[in-house]
This record gives sequence, structure tokens and C-alpha cells, in this order.
Amino acid sequence: MAIPSVPRPNMRGPQPLESANVKEIPTSAGRGELFRSRTGETGDRIFKFIVMLCGLAVLVILGLIVYQLVLRSGLSWHAFGFKFFAGHDWDPVNERFGAMPFIYGTLVSSFLALLIAVPLAIGVAVFTTEMCPVRLRGPLSFFVELLAAIPSVVYGLWAIFVLVPILSNYVEPFLSRTLGWTGLFTGPPYGISMLAAGIILAIMIIPIISSITREVLMVVPQHQREAALALGATRWEMIRVGVLRNARAGIMGGIILGLGRALGETMAVTMVIGNRPEISKSLFAPGYTMASVLANEFSEATGDVYLSALIEIGLALFLVTIVVNALARLLVWTVTRGQPARANA
Amino acid sequence: MPDNVAISTQSMTPIALGRRITDHFMTGLAVLTVILVLVPLFAIFAYLVYRGVGSINWAFLTQTPKPVGEAGGGMANAIVGSGFILALASVLGVPLGVGAGIYLAEFGRNRFGDVIRFTADVLNGVPSIVIGIVAYSIVVLSQKHFSALAGGVALAIMMIPTITRTTEEMLLLVPQALREAAYGLGIPRWRTTLSITLRTATSGVITGIMLAFARVAGETAPLLFTAFGNQFWNLRANQPTAALPLQIFNYAISPYDEWHRQAWAGALVLIVLIVTAVAAVRFAVRRGTFGAA
Repeated sequence: MAIPSVPRPNMRGPQPLESANVKEIPTSAGRGELFRSRTGETGDRIFKFIVMLCGLAVLVILGLIVYQLVLRSGLSWHAFGFKFFAGHDWDPVNERFGAMPFIYGTLVSSFLALLIAVPLAIGVAVFTTEMCPVRLRGPLSFFVELLAAIPSVVYGLWAIFVLVPILSNYVEPFLSRTLGWTGLFTGPPYGISMLAAGIILAIMIIPIISSITREVLMVVPQHQREAALALGATRWEMIRVGVLRNARAGIMGGIILGLGRALGETMAVTMVIGNRPEISKSLFAPGYTMASVLANEFSEATGDVYLSALIEIGLALFLVTIVVNALARLLVWTVTRGQPARANA
Repeated sequence: MPDNVAISTQSMTPIALGRRITDHFMTGLAVLTVILVLVPLFAIFAYLVYRGVGSINWAFLTQTPKPVGEAGGGMANAIVGSGFILALASVLGVPLGVGAGIYLAEFGRNRFGDVIRFTADVLNGVPSIVIGIVAYSIVVLSQKHFSALAGGVALAIMMIPTITRTTEEMLLLVPQALREAAYGLGIPRWRTTLSITLRTATSGVITGIMLAFARVAGETAPLLFTAFGNQFWNLRANQPTAALPLQIFNYAISPYDEWHRQAWAGALVLIVLIVTAVAAVRFAVRRGTFGAA
């Protein structure tokens, strides 16, 4: 920080001539010691150490999560090996455990949610960034993000008492009349079903996908839009060619982030999916997800193998969401890195 | 067709009808998606108010749950219990999160900082139920019983990544010149960070904390087998404690109308409490910073 070549002003006022020799005045480091008390430097070192510990704590927490999950699922891993993930039985009484129905339920409900949420979320993001009057932008994104603030258990409550009756009275009978031949919409329309879980998940992940998409669309350079318009594109063509194509990777990242949330979502799904460990082709049938089996059975699990099997499901869920989230972050980073995200907000 | 051409041909070639129809169609589609997304939002809030307001009464806010079949009773212990667990979580999570954020902003321009940044982002995506399992394994198994502390630990783990990342972002927004001015006055670095940088960014940092707080306040999954729930009053950290989201969950999946009614009331109270907590702190911070300036 010190600039050695420039003579420093004498800050201690007039002094005897013979000591005015610049070379004999301590160099910047020495002077530093005169001005700054030693406590400053030790203070700095202590402070850096403390905040570094806090940073380290983040690493330690993740390490602890991995360690605990691996340690406590060991029993089940030794008992079943890889067959654990392929097995269809879930029989706590006879201690036979297979996680396939839960994996199936998690995947199907999440992909169903994506199928519904992605077009809606991208539509909302495109509308708020490219189409709507500037005045409406703020309120609209506020409302959509308000969806993210509603607790999962409140979604579940609403789904049980509002969504499920609507599904069983109107939507499911209609679907089975019109699309019953596909085999996806057959069986009694109870409402409590994989379909209900998919819909409530979709509502929950829309704000995530749409806010990331909005962010990514905003960093698309303005001149891309202007260039497309100058070539005579209509607004939609400009959006398609100039904006969406440039933002592809980032939007993909947002979608994967939404998927990560859907995979791990617990309460709302548990409340409407029916909690039956069976694999059924029909979306009207009840199912079970990895997260909901943990929610329902973990605190009542008797026996070490049972508990260990549940923790192994937790470990699998953890690993899948880690991979999914890391992938999503990388995709979003490649698009937004180095650019101010609020450039033309 | 001719009149369309007349509108758009002043100096350029006309845009083909098909393309214009597509343009309008797509705009319509985008508006439709916005409507489809906003309908559930308003439906949820409308239902919450409609079912909740009628069910909230003095007993609900002041009494503990009554056994099935008996009318009345309330969620007072769950409301207080939630506050207690959240206070524990904040005591554990806020200092760690802010500290880590300071490290990233002030010392974290290196490999190690990048690792922490990435870890925090990954931690943010870990399902809450998995965090519940870990809190169970660490706290509940060593204490041998469910406890408010275990719930607090689980929620703290969920708060940390959010607080870390927002704190870092907010500190980086503070102009470098402000730090240099402080160094120039001979103020040590730690003092600069705490009294100048952090202070300047206070309102942003607190907004981040409230964001994390609001996120975990409604969490149910990590409390299922940590705080566990309790029918009675409890304010001891090593005992099972009731929490509002847990109570809502248990009542919602029960077969009793009276409990359903209370679940709606609980949900409304939960949302109102979250919104007021966030709004109150933001208001206080805004006034505080203006007063100081």
C-alpha cells in the first residue's frame, strides 16, 4: 500500500535537523508498527481465523451429512447391496426392503411436475421480461415469487381440501373418458394420486424455474433483440431467435434446479400421493416417494435394519439431488457468470 | 388482408399474415400461462383466509390441544414452540452464516473460497428431510430423545447457506473506496469489516437473514423426527417441542373436522406470523439506517 518513491510528509511536527535524514526514519513496515498498535495485526489474524472457521463450517456440515448418511446406512447396504434399489418389496415385518416403488414414485411425480411447470414457468418469464408493460413487471414477478414463500405444509393442506376434490369430481373423470385408452388415466378417481402429487409439485416449482429463467433472459444482450427486430422479425420471432436461443443453457439450468426441488419435496407430496408402495402405470393410482416414506416411517421405524434401510433411501435421495443441483448450478453459471445479472432490469 | 398491409407498409415489406398470427398467438399463450400460474396463488390465499379467519378465536391462540372429541383447544404451545425452535436455529445459524459470508467477501477470492461457495450452493439444494435425518443422527441419537435443540440444529443447517451467499453478495456491493478510506485512517482490517463494511451493508444482510428465516419458519419435514411435537407446553431445549407446521400437518391428515378447522387456522397464523416477522424487521432496519445516515 505504501508508495516508497515519494517522500513521506513528516507527521510528527518539527524535529531536530540531524534526525531529518529520511533514510534513518524506519521504512514503511516499521512506521506501520509505530502508528498501528500490534493488536491491530493480531486482531486481523484472529478475525480472519474466526471467519475462516465459519466458512469451514459450511464444508464440515456437508461432510457431516455425507458421513452420517453413509455410516448409518451401512447395515442395509451390507444386507441388500445393489439389489436394494431394484427390489419391489417393502416389508418391515419380515425385514425385506426394496426401494424401487419409492424411486419410481419420486421420478414419476417429479417428471409430471416438470411437464406441467416448464411451459408455464417459461411462459411467465418470457411475458414478464419481453412482453408486459414495464409497470406490470415488478408486481407480476412479486406475485409469482410469493408462491415460493408459501410453506410446503400449507400447499399440502390446500391440496387435500381443494385440489383433490376438484380432481376426483371433475378432472379425473374427464381424463379417463377422453384419454383413458392410453392406460395412464384409468382406475377409480379418488383424487389422492400420483397426478395430484405432480400438480401440487408443479405449482411449487414454477416460481423457481421462472425466476431463474427471468434472470437468464435479462442477461441476454439487448443488441441481440435489436438485431432480430432490425432484420424484420416479429416480436415472437425476436424472442425465439434472439432471446430464447441465447438463453438455452441457463433455462435448462433453471429447469434442473426445479427438478432438484421436486425430487426432495416432502410434505405436500406426502399429504396427497396416497403413500402406498406400489408401482402402477395409471396416474390415478396412489404411489409413494422416497421423501414421503422417510416422513411417514422414520420416527416409527423399529429395528436397526429398518432404520438403516430408510437412511439408505435418504442417502440415495441426497446423492441424486446433489448431482442434479451441481449440474444446474454449472449451467446457470456458464450463462450468467461475469455479467451483472440486473443489467437491464 | 389489404387493410392489414396498409397498416404495416409504410416503408417496409409487409409482414406475412401467418407470421403475425403466430406472433399474436404466442402473446396470447404467454398471457394464458400467467393467468394459469396466478390462479392457484390467489386460490390458496383466498381459501386460507376464508377457512382460517372463521376458525381463529381466543381459545385457539391461548390454549393447548384438546383430546379428540372435545371441542375447543388451540395451538398456543405450537406457536410458542415454533418461535422457540426458530430462536435456537437463529442463534446457531446466523453468526455462522454471516461469518462465512464475511470470509467469502473479504478473503474468499481464491480456490478455497470457490469451494465454499459451491458447497453452500449445493447445501442449499439438499432436501430438508435429509437434513432432518442428519440432525436426528447427530443430536437425537446422542441425547437419546427428541428435542427442540435437534429441531433448531436442523433448521440452522438450512439457514446457513442462504445467509452466507446473501451476506457475501451484500458485502461485495459496498464500494471498495469505503474500505480504502478506512485503511487510510489506520483502522485495522477487522475493525473496518465490522464497523464500516458490514455496517453499510446491514439492511441487505438482514434482508438475507429474514429470507432464510421465512424459508425455514414453515419447514415441517426436518422437524418430524427432531422436535417431534408435543401436546403440552415445553420451553426446555432438550425436550420434544410442538411446532406450528407439525401441528398443521398432523391435523390436516387426521379424519376429524374440528382438527381440519384448526389446521386452516394454524396455516393462516403461520403465514401471518412469517409475513409480519419479515415486514417488521425490514421496517426496523430501514428506519435504523435512515436514522444513522
